[in-house]
Amino acid sequence: MPEKFDCIVVGAGPAGISCAYELAKGGASVLLLERGEYPGSKNVMGGVLYRQMMEDVIPGFYKEAPLERPVTEQRFMMMDKESAVTFGYKGMEWGREPYNNFTVLRAKFDQWFAGKAVEQGALLINETVVLECIVEDGKVIGVRTDRPDGEVYADVVVLADGVNSLLAKSLGFHKEYKPDEVALATMEILKLDSKIIEDRFNLEKNQGCTIELFGDATKGILGTGFLYTNKDTLSIGVGTLLSGLIKHKIRPYELLEYVKNHPMIRPYIQGSEPQEYLAHLIPEGGYHSMGKVVGDGVIVVGDAAQLVNAIHREGSNLAMTSGRYAAETVLKAKEAEDFSEKTLDYYRKKLMDSFVGQDMKKYKDSTHHFDKFPQYFDQYIPMVNKAASQMFTVDGTSKRDKQKKIIKDIGSPKQKFKIARDMYRAWKVMK
Amino acid sequence: MSEQKKGQSIEEKQYLVRFNADTKSHLHVMDEDICLNKCPDKICTIFCPAEIYKWEDIRMHVGYEGCHECGSCRIGCPHQNIKWEYPKGGHGIVFRLG
Repeated sequence: MPEKFDCIVVGAGPAGISCAYELAKGGASVLLLERGEYPGSKNVMGGVLYRQMMEDVIPGFYKEAPLERPVTEQRFMMMDKESAVTFGYKGMEWGREPYNNFTVLRAKFDQWFAGKAVEQGALLINETVVLECIVEDGKVIGVRTDRPDGEVYADVVVLADGVNSLLAKSLGFHKEYKPDEVALATMEILKLDSKIIEDRFNLEKNQGCTIELFGDATKGILGTGFLYTNKDTLSIGVGTLLSGLIKHKIRPYELLEYVKNHPMIRPYIQGSEPQEYLAHLIPEGGYHSMGKVVGDGVIVVGDAAQLVNAIHREGSNLAMTSGRYAAETVLKAKEAEDFSEKTLDYYRKKLMDSFVGQDMKKYKDSTHHFDKFPQYFDQYIPMVNKAASQMFTVDGTSKRDKQKKIIKDIGSPKQKFKIARDMYRAWKVMK
Repeated sequence: MSEQKKGQSIEEKQYLVRFNADTKSHLHVMDEDICLNKCPDKICTIFCPAEIYKWEDIRMHVGYEGCHECGSCRIGCPHQNIKWEYPKGGHGIVFRLG
């Protein structure tokens, strides 16, 4: 192994692999370090991979990548204890090339993706933890690993070490996250015959469905549940802010069991066999929690840079785009033979001008808003359920009287005003 | 009438997961006195998704072998009393699917 590389990428997730792939393709020498037994062995994702940002790295990847199902339908369930108001979109165009997104199992997908980076010439070394960045005169010049004689040097180190980015933190790029800046998600993979999946979810053979669960799925705490269809498994999970679990003293796996046994969910998963149980943090602090992303000889990408759009369950696509921009930046720096923060700042500008930065800015206050005003989840969703139940129950009451009762049940004019104000506020943080 | 199926316990869930545990723990409670005297809730025993923290009379038992390496305990401990590191390369949890 040469002792010095053009670039060392720490972490073989979507951000790190995209970066290593692009760098190797651009002719740079790249070392990709992964602490797990293989890429994907430490990674968790609900399971939706967006096509466009992956294709920006490998055009036509879906013809050979290990994918589960193209998503042709996205449903949303606003749940109460024994009911749900459901809406969604199904489109046949999503079932054809170029597709919109796919369900994937990360341990399989990441191994395949890392293999593609290796084909391009990146050197992948697994089972290696990076203990710290080697800093000289304020400039990152390499990394110290947990291998014997494990010091390696590079012009640039790219930190793609995920939500627990101890490296970016130790460089002082961000402070330790607070419990309201991260969501703890638990999930299970459930084995179920593909034919049964297709029947239950109303799908054809090469179609997939995602269902996002709000309200009672998290017992009214800020967060969401999800149920996604894979080929012959289902991914079911639930995530809430860590602060929510602490405040309400909820055990995350009991919340997962609660979702699995919910009368709106149980029929979908009945008879399935649990295959794997997983837990992971999601950086959901948004724009305000983003730390420094560039320094002398160092760039931060993906979850390590807090790049998650919690409102739209997007993360891996932001990660891939950031990894790609980091690679572009390193190649430029290599040409100029200047790896200072000033040159590498091209990455930050490019990132913030792209959809990544724009979306981070657009939703900069949304998580905090919904966290601050829990009534959206614990009051308004049950209210919508009750209204739907009253309106659709035929019992000899006239529709006008039903309407009157629904409006009366909402409460006093003061309470109605409060709801109107909350709706306006929600629109404002999301607009 | 069939009894409603009991929920899967955390022990059953953990059996589904592959671990390649190191012989040394990567998690350390820094000051046992803080758990004993300053933390009536012992909240880490509740929010940890693998229930690796268990309070045993006067000390915290840390079953690091079943850790998912999620980082919640480091961030969620109200007294920042947990030293959290990554397990040695190749060790710890090994996800096969998700």
